[in-house]
Formats: sequence, C-alpha cells, structure tokens
Amino acid sequence: MGEMVEVLLPEGSARRGQVIEFSDRHTVIQILEESTGIGVRSTRIRFTGSPARIPLSPDILGRRFNGAGDPVDGLPPVLPEKWESIMGTPINPVARDKPSHFLRTGISAIDGLNTLVRGQKLPIFSGAGLPAREIAGQILRNAGAGEEGTGEAGGKFAVVFAALGITYREANSFLEEFEQGGAGGHTVVYLNLADDPTIERLLTPRFALTAAEYLAFDHGYDVLVLLTDMTSYCDSLREVATAREEIPGRRSYPGYMYTDLATIFERAGRIRGRRGSVTQLPILTMPDDDITHPIPDLTGYITEGQIVLSRELHRKGIYPPIDVLPSLSRLMNLGIGPGKTREDHRGLADQLYACYAQGRDLRRLEAIVGEEGLLESDRRLRRFADAFEREFIGQGPGGRSLEETLDAGWKLLRLLPKDQLTRIRVEHVLKYYGE
Amino acid sequence: MGPFIRAWKEMYGLDYTKRWNFTPAIKPGDELQFGKVIGQVQEGAFTHYILCGSERGKVVGVASGSVSLDEPFGELESGLEIPGCHEWPVRMPRPYKKKFAPSTPLVTGQRIIDFLFPLARGGAAIIPGGFGTGKTIFEQSVAKFADVDIVVYVGCGERGNEMTEVLTDFPELEDPCTGRPLMERTVLVVNTSNMPVAAREASVYTGITIAEYYRDMGYRVALMADSISRWAEALREISSRLEEMPGEEGYPTYLATRLAGFYERGGRVVCLGDGGREGTVTIVSAVSPPGGDFSEPVTQSSQRIAGVLWALDPDLAHRRHFPAVDWRKSYSLYAGTVDEWFRDHVSAEWPALRGEMMGLLQREEELQEIVQLVGIESLQDQERIVLLVSGMLREDFLRQSAFSENDAASHPEKTYYMLKAILSFHSLCRELLGKGIPVEKVLALPFREELGRMKELPAEGFREEALALIGRIEAEGRAGP
Repeated sequence: MGEMVEVLLPEGSARRGQVIEFSDRHTVIQILEESTGIGVRSTRIRFTGSPARIPLSPDILGRRFNGAGDPVDGLPPVLPEKWESIMGTPINPVARDKPSHFLRTGISAIDGLNTLVRGQKLPIFSGAGLPAREIAGQILRNAGAGEEGTGEAGGKFAVVFAALGITYREANSFLEEFEQGGAGGHTVVYLNLADDPTIERLLTPRFALTAAEYLAFDHGYDVLVLLTDMTSYCDSLREVATAREEIPGRRSYPGYMYTDLATIFERAGRIRGRRGSVTQLPILTMPDDDITHPIPDLTGYITEGQIVLSRELHRKGIYPPIDVLPSLSRLMNLGIGPGKTREDHRGLADQLYACYAQGRDLRRLEAIVGEEGLLESDRRLRRFADAFEREFIGQGPGGRSLEETLDAGWKLLRLLPKDQLTRIRVEHVLKYYGE
Repeated sequence: MGPFIRAWKEMYGLDYTKRWNFTPAIKPGDELQFGKVIGQVQEGAFTHYILCGSERGKVVGVASGSVSLDEPFGELESGLEIPGCHEWPVRMPRPYKKKFAPSTPLVTGQRIIDFLFPLARGGAAIIPGGFGTGKTIFEQSVAKFADVDIVVYVGCGERGNEMTEVLTDFPELEDPCTGRPLMERTVLVVNTSNMPVAAREASVYTGITIAEYYRDMGYRVALMADSISRWAEALREISSRLEEMPGEEGYPTYLATRLAGFYERGGRVVCLGDGGREGTVTIVSAVSPPGGDFSEPVTQSSQRIAGVLWALDPDLAHRRHFPAVDWRKSYSLYAGTVDEWFRDHVSAEWPALRGEMMGLLQREEELQEIVQLVGIESLQDQERIVLLVSGMLREDFLRQSAFSENDAASHPEKTYYMLKAILSFHSLCRELLGKGIPVEKVLALPFREELGRMKELPAEGFREEALALIGRIEAEGRAGP
C-alpha cells in the first residue's frame, strides 16, 4: 500500500503512480499525472519496492522542488546524505519536549493575545480575498529576524514552504517575499501549483514535513513550515476518495479526513535532547467564511489553536484583520510569563479579551438603543473596543516588539477605570497602569 | 524506543525484573477464586493489591518478601503456580459482586461543577464542546483536583504536545489528597491523532479495563476519556473499511450500543473476593461534535446514558470565560442524590443557595432580552441590582482560572463562602433600595472589587476572611445611609 510505481509507456516515456488499493485479483494504481495515452496492453508497470522517499542533505536549503520532490530550479538533483520515507512516524509522546519558547511574530494580535510557541501548529483561517499571504509574509520576516527574549539567541532558522494548489501568481509573491526578506538562502520550497497533478498534492506536504523534520532534528534548525492552501489539499483528498468509491462523509469529504490531516499536523514539535523544532503555520481558506465547514472544523480539532481572519475588520481597513475572539493559541501559557515574556502578559491578555468582548456586545446594543441609552461605563467600554481594533489589532504591516505590544495594551486599558481591571493581579495593575 | 514510534517495535507494559516486597494475604488451605486479594506490594505511596486471575483451587504454598513478576507468588494443590499478574481481554467488562446507585459526590474543585452540576462517584459525565472551548484544560483540571485514588487518562486521538504537557506537569504537581506527586496516581493511555486507527478504537477499552482493575482493589477511580468522538470516528473508519451499511452521519448503526456498553462499565460496585470492598469507576468523557453541533450522533447517544452534561459554549470561550460551561444547557441528574453529602459536610443551605443562584441567572437572561430591546434605563431599580449581582456571579464565582495558583481548585467550603458573600451583598443592595437610597449610590458600593478578588485568596484561612467580609457587608446594611 502506498508503494510508488513507474508506468512505462510503449514510446519510452514514464509516468509515476502510487498503489492505493489492492485485492486478490486487482491492484489499483493512481497515476500522478494525466492518464491520457496509456494503453492497457502495451503499458508496463515497474514497482519500485518502497513508498515515496525523499533524498535529504543540508544542501536542500535554498532549493526549489516540485510537488513530487524533483528539483525545478534547474540545478542537479540533491546528493543525498540519507533517504527517508515521506510518510513519517509518530513522535513518541514520552520523547517529546514541552514547547516553551516564545516565537515572536511582530503582530500584536498574535504575540500579545495568542502567542505562538516554537513547536506549535497554528493555522491561519482565512477567507477568499483576505490578506492571509501578507500576514504569513509578515510573520516570516519577523520570526526570522529576531530571537529576543527566548534565551536561545543565535539558533539556526529555516523556512520550509509547501504550495498546495495555489496559483502561479500567489506562489510567486511568496517566493518574492522570501527573496526580499533575505530568507532565500535558508528556504526550501515545494511547489504543487493549481494546474499540477492533484494526486501529487497529497504527497507534497509530506515531502515538506520530512525535509523539515530532517533539518530540525538532525541538524538543529528551528524550522517554520508554511503550508498553503490546506483547502485544496482536502479537496484532492476528496477527489481520490471518490475515485476509490469510498463512502463519503460530511460534504462528501472522506470519513478519515481527521486522521489524514492529523498525520500532517501532528508532525510538529520538539524532541527532548535535540536542538531544533518544527513549527507549522498552515493556511486554509474557509469556504464561504464558514468556520463549521469540515476543513476548518477538523483542522481546529487537531491544531493547537487558530488565527481567524475577519472580513468585517478587513472591510473597515484594519490590517492585519485578525478577529481575536475566535482566535486561540493553546500553547500560549507555556511560552509566556516571567522569564519568557513578561509577568503581566497573561492577565493583560485576559483583561483585553474580556473588555473587547463586552465592548463588541455593547456596539450591537448601541445600534438599537442609541448612544444615549448606554451607561457611562458602557460607553467607555465601547470606545475601548473601537480603539482596540484601530490601535492594537490594526498595527499595519510593520513589526512590533513584545514590549511595544504589551505597552499598547496598557495604553488602551487606561481608557478604563483602574478598579474595573479585575483579571489582572493587583500588583501588576499598580506597576503598569500608572496614574 | 527512541523518539519515533516505528512499526514492529514491541514493548511490555510490565517490568518483569523489578523486585517487589510482597506481603501475602492468603495462607495455605485457602480456596482461590477470581478477584481474591492474594497480598499486596507497596508502589510509591500507593498500595497495590495483587488480585487473583483465573486460577482456582486450594493454596499449598505462599511466597513472601522480595519477589519479581516472573516468579510465582504461591503454589496451588494442583501444582500450578500463582502468578503476580494476570491478563484480561480489554473488551470484556471485569466482573463484580453487586452494583449500586451512586450516592456520594466526586468533588472536583471546580465551582461550577461542584455547586451547580455535581458529579457522583460511579456516575458518568460528558463534556461536549467545539474546538477551542477548553475541553482538554477542563478535563485536565478535573484530573488534577478530583478527590479520587486513581486517575486513568485516555488521550484518544489527542495532540502530542498536550500529552507531553501532562507527562511533564503531573510529576511536578501535588496530589491534593496525599501530597505525593500527581503522577503516582495517574495512568496515561496515549494514542495521539496520528497513531493507527485500530489502536485508537482499542484505547478507550484499555483505559476502562485498567480503571476496572483498580476498582477491583477497592479504589475510587476516575476515567478521563479525551475524546470519545475520536473513538467513534475510529469505529466509523473501521466499519467503512469492512463495508458495513452506514447509519447516521456514516457512523455504524451499533454506535449507540457500543457507547452504552462502554459507559455502563463505570459504576459503584462491591468487588469480588472477600471483605466486600467497594470500588467506583467514574467516567468523564469529552465529546468533540463537528461544527459544535450537539445534535450529532455521538453527543446524542452519550447524552442518553451519561447522568451529567457539562455543555461548553464557544461564546463564553471567546470572551475567555473559563470553564466555558454553559449553565443554561448543562444539567446533572445526581444533584438530588449528592445533596445530602453537601448538607452534612459543608452547609445545610447548599441546595437552597443553588436554587437561589440558578434563579438569579435565569432572571438575568430574561432581563438581558429587555435591555437589548429598550436599554438599561428602562429597568426598575430592583432589576438593575439583579443584573449587577448575576454579573458578579458569572465573573467572580463561575469563572475560575485553571492557571491561577489559588483559584485552580476551590474546596467546597471556599465555594460556599464565596457564594455566601456575594449573596449577602445582594441582600444588602436590596435592603438599601428598600430604605429609599437611589440606585446609583447602591451600584457604587465599595465591596465589588473585594468580592471580585476573593477567589485569589488561599484556601487556608479563607473562611475567616469571608466571614469578616460578610460581617462588614451586613454592618453596612445596619448602618444605613
């Protein structure tokens, strides 16, 4: 099962395929490319004897490959230090190391409220037309730039980028981003564009993650894996499942989509006694902005939180349009606090969340009863919510240091009376609130 | 084993070479039967009773002192050896003498559970909630602070990093009952989401069998299954591979039967063997409904069996109100049964206060609807007080931070005095209104911040602090304007 085969055509060319099913009498092979021109009688099949494998060596940094792991940058194939099966093996939970190093993204809505930690998998839930690409680029620029506050300065940093069914234009803008950010030299790119074979798309993220694991655990890099767009990956999965005549599940995606996605997303983390880490930043497009659609839904159950983009904020011209209420980072508590970020981080984030949620509710109320119908304390909360969106979330394309993010938060809280800040410890209020 | 789990690796769950100090409980001439206690060994702080497996017959010899598991613990008349361990098929429930209805509460240290929706020992609870509503943190909090002897935690289709968190945190945390590291009372069964599906299907059975094994020693066991939906999905995947006729949402039609079979393995029983040891298995399982929609088959089938529903609400979670248990949808069928315990051990007022609090929360919901339509100014003064106090109940009482040192676990006594203080503030407000004091002045009373920070106080000496605060609140009422 999963063995790679070569399909040899009579005129001498070869195509690749993968065993996807077998019974007593038949073996079903999925051809990666087009099946046009393949005759039943004249075609020969050669079994390679192993599932898809990838040649690995530190030289892959700075290279570009297609979705099946062959070089597309015009340079010769990689001289392998070792070959590794792309399917990966589960990391033994006992051997895992607890992720605890803050990874700075430079975006206040993430650093301040939904902190990303090395070894985490944190997807961006985007919608059609929302600037997920820009945000991913911004994160890459900042994450590569600074290592502040982590106590592990000077770690080697690498980016593995897997394009899954995105257009040439989108892929190109990512690649330009890498070049501009000076990240070209430590980036590995796997490209499966919209017009490349769909079946290959199921292999592409696994190539990328195998390369990432190799760089992280064999060579000590802190690897950031960018997978975009997971929605097209899931659509390919559905296509293959239908071809195999499987019973369709919700929205005709296969019932094992959870398991399949887990074999991708779980390949993030750190291993005890080794230096590197694999951090995943998958991007997916919510069809019709529906977060209950099976793709975002199952992803959210596997990943350690999510960053949700909002069309409403985008329309208001707020960039990055991150809707912090449904966004979440499950590993946040491991990466923040005294010695890691700052002592008041947790309380400050909770307080901002609580006040912003109240303020947003009041906005709805105000639309009905008018501003005069609100109490003075409510009006203050509502003003806070507006300022929060404008100043804290809408920071623009630049990067903020953590200090700047936290101070921006305190600046907003000064719009509210001191005794309303019950979610922050008293001593922190006294220290940071000022007069 | 190495950092990766590769195929074809076999490991044994038991260490056959380790030597134990065995104290026998049987003597030559005794008849062996299933479940009889052969003796005991000390495993850290924990006394591990050695139970008899399938061996039958008259005992002729008994070991004592230092033994290892590959040596006989005794000998039978028939010449067979008595082993110190036995095997049990995980899908078969372990037998017991008699089953009882649950009667005592399982105190979890979570205010919303203990006070509003209590769980009984030997009962079953489900926690349904979409992603990001805090199922795992909630379940871990219960695992940490529950008043039980053994916790079996089944990470079924879980995240690897979360299991690592348990593995690194629990050895450092202190067991609230014994003061020993929490890990000594915890058994973890781990199947992360990228491990094989067939193993996931088996993992909950492995967990419940381990739980039953400790129950048979007379212990109070809690089984945490996180999450039962992943188990059901594994069942679905296997069923679909077998080309069985799919039922609702593609799940096999026997899903409800299998689920019922699993939940019914919990309970409060008298164990086999002598002495009438009583053991309990309490099941708490997280349910992950797709899209957060509770009408799906796994939630529905679980709900039919479990006595407690702690429904998690994404809206509460979004505003970081944790635990995000929705008090409108949740229920507990054990509330009546366990009230007696709370009346005897905490306060006779316990059930009455619960009624008062639920009444306030319900009233708030009605009033909020009015406010949404016509604004807060249109409410009567009494009603504005209700809004104020119910808001305090939500913020200061129901909300509980799992990461705060003093607030992570709340002893029932602390829970009681916290509530008592807030409600005495309520009566103060009403009293002052009755005296004709304007509502603005009442709303500006000074106690609110102090009440809000009450949860951060340590459990030790809390009663005195709370009584002092209540005293001051009552004095304020007497002092008048």
